[in-house]
Amino acid sequence: MSIITIERKVLEKNDEIAQRNRAFFRDRGIFVLNLVSSPGAGKTSILEKTFQELRNSLNIAVIEGDVQTDLDAQRVAQYGVPVVQIVTMGGCHLEAKLVQDAMESLNLEKVDLLFIENVGNLVCPASYDLGEATKVVVLSTTEGDDKPLKYPGMFRNSSILILNKTDLIPYVNCNLDELKRNALQINPALRIFEISCFTGAGIPEWCDWLRKKDASGL
Amino acid sequence: MHELGIAQNILEIVQQAVPDGQKPAVRKVRIRVGQLSGVVPDSLDFCFSVILNESQMPKARLAIEQVPTISQCRDCAHRFQIEDLAFVCPACKSTNLELVSGKELEIVEIELADDRDEAI
Repeated sequence: MSIITIERKVLEKNDEIAQRNRAFFRDRGIFVLNLVSSPGAGKTSILEKTFQELRNSLNIAVIEGDVQTDLDAQRVAQYGVPVVQIVTMGGCHLEAKLVQDAMESLNLEKVDLLFIENVGNLVCPASYDLGEATKVVVLSTTEGDDKPLKYPGMFRNSSILILNKTDLIPYVNCNLDELKRNALQINPALRIFEISCFTGAGIPEWCDWLRKKDASGL
Repeated sequence: MHELGIAQNILEIVQQAVPDGQKPAVRKVRIRVGQLSGVVPDSLDFCFSVILNESQMPKARLAIEQVPTISQCRDCAHRFQIEDLAFVCPACKSTNLELVSGKELEIVEIELADDRDEAI
């Protein structure tokens, strides 16, 4: 037997491109958030609410990722927000190269805030750095309070947790305190926002945080 | 199910590291997979064996070392293995922890058979 020692990261190619994306965003002062969740948790609805609150004060752009269709990009475009749709054709997550390609189709000259809406999936997107400032994991109350324990990677790799659909708590089997306890057990540093895209509750606090983040030059 | 993409990345790196003439001799690719890496070892193993059919390394197999999640407390310096995904120091109950291992997804080494090995 002979041995070749290599000691290389399997995702090194993705990580290299992600670092280039990150440097690009940093040089231009663009704050980039990678939104991750299971399908239907409300990522696009949160974006719509965020546009309504912030589009007059901040320049926002969006990169949408979906397995099929440009339905989300159509929703975003209705708000006059520049958007590029990535269709992964079956791929279960976005990779840094896909984001890099999408950036070429967006005019990011004056953009303050860029949202990357990942493919709905609580597993795979956790492994791929896209060059974002941070991942924002969205969890809706209808999914149940045990999800942070079942999908720890995603909650470990995010610094923000948005709990959506809080208006449905009276009707679903979800204990909000238990949910938060589970999430903080996996990641004690998580910052948590409780919102309802239906009633608008919690949206101002989330948008205030975004404004402050932008002003801090991150 | 992103293990297929990961398997393709591994194959690509191995193909770069091994000269063409030696590729058929590749027997083992040793990799380290952390508990928190989000990769399912069995699934990765299966995907790797499938894509090998189109490579010059039909006899290559993955040897997967699973790396436990180890943390060190920043407050009391206690080092411990995370059980049941509780990121709390068992010694002082602090949550101010540094992750020492668990996120690995690395190729360590490649084993090639020599002519001698083949004769046996």
